[in-house]
Amino acid sequence: MVFQKINEIAELKNISYEVRKDIICMLAEAGSGHTGGSLGLADIFTCLYFSAINHDPENPSWKYRDRLILSIGHVAPVLYATLANAGYFPKQELLTLRKFGSRLQGHPGRDHGLPGIELSAGSLGQGLSVAVGMAIAAKIDSENHTIYCIMGDGEIQEGSVWEAAMSAAHYKLDNLIGIIDRNSLQIDGRNSDVMEIEPLTKKWRSFGWFVVECNGNDHSEIISAIELCKSQCNMPRLLIANTIMGKGVKEIENDYHWHGKAPSKQQAAQFIAMLE
Amino acid sequence: MVEKYISKGNRSTKAGFGEGILDAGKQNNKLVVLGADITTSVGLNLFANAYHERFFSLGIAEQNCVGVAAGLALSGKIPVFSTYGVFAALRTADHIRVSICYNNLHVIIGGAHAGISVGPDGATHQALEDIAVMRVMPYMTVLSPCDATQAKLLTLLAVEKLAGPVYIRFGREPVPDFTSVDQKIEIGKGQEMTSGNDIALIATGHMVWEALQVAYQLHENGINARVINLHTIKPIDKDMVIKAAKETKRVVTIEEHQVNAGFGSAVAEVIVQNYPVKMKMIGMNDCFGESGKPEELMKKYKLSADEIYKTVSQFIHDSN
Repeated sequence: MVFQKINEIAELKNISYEVRKDIICMLAEAGSGHTGGSLGLADIFTCLYFSAINHDPENPSWKYRDRLILSIGHVAPVLYATLANAGYFPKQELLTLRKFGSRLQGHPGRDHGLPGIELSAGSLGQGLSVAVGMAIAAKIDSENHTIYCIMGDGEIQEGSVWEAAMSAAHYKLDNLIGIIDRNSLQIDGRNSDVMEIEPLTKKWRSFGWFVVECNGNDHSEIISAIELCKSQCNMPRLLIANTIMGKGVKEIENDYHWHGKAPSKQQAAQFIAMLE
Repeated sequence: MVEKYISKGNRSTKAGFGEGILDAGKQNNKLVVLGADITTSVGLNLFANAYHERFFSLGIAEQNCVGVAAGLALSGKIPVFSTYGVFAALRTADHIRVSICYNNLHVIIGGAHAGISVGPDGATHQALEDIAVMRVMPYMTVLSPCDATQAKLLTLLAVEKLAGPVYIRFGREPVPDFTSVDQKIEIGKGQEMTSGNDIALIATGHMVWEALQVAYQLHENGINARVINLHTIKPIDKDMVIKAAKETKRVVTIEEHQVNAGFGSAVAEVIVQNYPVKMKMIGMNDCFGESGKPEELMKKYKLSADEIYKTVSQFIHDSN
């Protein structure tokens, strides 16, 4: 059965709270992994899987589903936690993250059979090209589903992203929505110190994309922005989602040291108590 | 007894690849071709002209081509992407590794301009490392047809019989087209071209023809060489290689590629683990090519039949 969409913002907020709690628990249990970006994306993933996209957790390969390509495979915890909350697999499996024999690989791997994973990915700068390929295939077959691609802001320093951006506009892929997780941080520090990516909006517009910005931690803004993207024809659409790395846990918000660090079990309990 | 092969005339293996893709596309409407600006020089113009609705030009952007191919394959298409081997296999290596191989997708990658026989373009455009990089990728099948006829047959088989990633290597220069259209051919199975027992000459690509010329020269001196064509470098035909080692006791490999980690190394991996015999690996020895006529380069880098004959004769002398 196709997933029943949720329209109540309060309910979506509750789900994001659950997703964040799961992310913290699974990372603490794993002892390693990417906390900051995963927490920052919890609201976007909630809006996508519980409101925006057409999918069926009981039939993950449903032909007409919307596709979500996670180009930044390192934030796998937010994908796994959202999928589990949407019913793709039992929530207790989240605690196997990164462990030997687990279907929850450190970066998503389709070969391990976790339902809901569209692409094995983790090497940055590749996901948008794959999404372009899927969007072209949907055009060939006159199918109406949407392909979403989640990118990082640091990731777009990879040149291949711009090859993909050019091709999406060339083929007027209005069945493609790119989402950039704009938390302005990467492993070495602020984007602007590591390698400036601004002016972001101008860059993508000049590449032929429709661009809209939103607060990526505000459910109603995210939903409106996605709706606005969907209403644009004849060009690919980009949502620049301004997020806060580590969102929800005040102590670690906007601290790039939490890009690739997991909380200890003691910290996890404190973080969960702090969650908004 | 050394079987004689007669060339039907010179044709490039590229032409065979292009015809194979055209025929495969005619038979299977899931086949989609991606262009990287050099569509004609990799032989894909035939398909592009006939089926323009299934041809997508992506410009000079090889990394993107690989990802787009992966997305198409994940959506049930059979994508073909081809450019010069140096770019198809090397520039894109991590994209092929993760987006195509880790996802185990049926994508056909055509590597053109194989070897120094590309000639005047010089070192940057002569693919000499592609076999090494492609054969190390998990799930990848690596094909290297010996002539145009075989290139077409292997291309059709790659589209219809395989389910994972495939790399097909082919050259630009017209070379002798000597195998039969109704030859027995199977991916993963080598072909014993001649049946000698004195030495095995195991070759791939156009070098199979050169190996045959060497075998004819050896035969005049009373030496019967077994020429083996390994058109499939991976998965390699272990049985045929081990049998040749056991029955001839001396193995020479011949490739238009670096011997380091290349085709000869693939053969050696089988031999050293199963039936070690003396080996000589002929190919490019850790150096770049240069500009020149193909025949000038093949002579300088000791890959012409006459030069190979000298190397093989010395090897026979040294290993007696």
